[in-house]
Amino acid sequence: MLHFLLTVIRRDLLLAARRKGDWLTSQFFFVMVVSMFPLGIGPEPEMLRRVAPGVMWVAALLASLLSLSRLFAEDYRDGSLEQMLLSPEPPVLLALGKALAHWLIYGIPLLLIAPVLGLQFGLPADVIGVLMLSLLIGTPVLSLLGGVGAALTLGLRGGGVLLTLLILPLYVPALIFGAGAVDSALSGLGPEANLSLLAAFEVLTLMVAPWVAAAALKISIE
Amino acid sequence: MSDTPYLSVHELACARGERTLFSAMNFQLGTGQLLLVLGGNGRGKTSLLRLLCGLAQPLAGEVRWRGQAIGAAREEYHRSMAYIGHVNGIKDDLTPMENLRLSAALAGRNLDEATATQSLIKLGLERCLDLPARVLSFGQRRRVTLAGLMTAGALLWILDEPLTGLDIHGVALVEGLLRDQVTGGGMVVMTTHQPLSLDGVATVPLQVGPLLQPDED
Repeated sequence: MLHFLLTVIRRDLLLAARRKGDWLTSQFFFVMVVSMFPLGIGPEPEMLRRVAPGVMWVAALLASLLSLSRLFAEDYRDGSLEQMLLSPEPPVLLALGKALAHWLIYGIPLLLIAPVLGLQFGLPADVIGVLMLSLLIGTPVLSLLGGVGAALTLGLRGGGVLLTLLILPLYVPALIFGAGAVDSALSGLGPEANLSLLAAFEVLTLMVAPWVAAAALKISIE
Repeated sequence: MSDTPYLSVHELACARGERTLFSAMNFQLGTGQLLLVLGGNGRGKTSLLRLLCGLAQPLAGEVRWRGQAIGAAREEYHRSMAYIGHVNGIKDDLTPMENLRLSAALAGRNLDEATATQSLIKLGLERCLDLPARVLSFGQRRRVTLAGLMTAGALLWILDEPLTGLDIHGVALVEGLLRDQVTGGGMVVMTTHQPLSLDGVATVPLQVGPLLQPDED
């Protein structure tokens, strides 16, 4: 079982390594969106610091959405999704593996770029630490919930837009707690409460989302 | 030929949208048999094969593997079954070798490089071993899929138009594979619109939809 999960992850990492263009698009999108805000709002340090948590988190949500429409779509088109569903292993592991691979490929890089962008907004070092921590806990949620959306909209025309409409509302708790943690660190209150809630939300998603995504996949390929 | 019906279908019905494609279908298949599904375009051949491998759910009835519904015996059934659909299921960015070994790993099998190379060479792909599948022709990709089928060692093959895109030599190769599979005690369910010469193979025809008239279709 674990072997199957690891094979699914290894496969997606290998495919991402062969297609660096797809991979980089999402990271550049994140950097671009975040960098637009200082240009639009103006260079007042106080203002930038205040909007930074929200901006970074919203940009992270959008960047993950950008790559999610491809999560199952290519495997669906070339028939390998069918073959993976015909594996003796349960489909829930496939859904979990794909989501984890998505997190490794698209979530972790966001986490690593975030400190640089945090400096651009003039965030102090300890707040940047909290920002990274909140992204570390929060980005798996984005991949897991996104997997559900990607499975539901598989094979639909205009699936990308539908995916956005479907998944963004589900991201709201992650956004509130994630940005809230950074906010409270910034204002001197401890970020612990928000981080705990974010972690609780992550655990809940981890338990539920793969099952829903697996069920959705089965319906979508019929 | 043995009496044990490994695969059996009971009162199966299938609908696409509002239209019923077939209903009350019954048949069974034992080891050493090839079931040739016949019927014109749009009669439900592909739908039947997808029902058989469990990718789609029937409107009514049941598909059973060794007397158990395939939903209940899912793990065992999928372990002994290999399916080739209209699309090849190979990744364009990987080489044929990587494709074979990855799909084997995903199916829970270990495929060593020598065996994979051997099967690819047998299917005439010796010059494409290190090329990404993207640059291969349609027929060559089909051959990669067939090489995967060969190494899978499955008891039951479900093949949807396996001859599409293959040249004469390819067709002869597939005929050889089918003969080996059936005489070796395996089972095959397949559709094709091309003539196949399968002398000495126990072939059971199954008509889906009305009989095809020569002037039709």
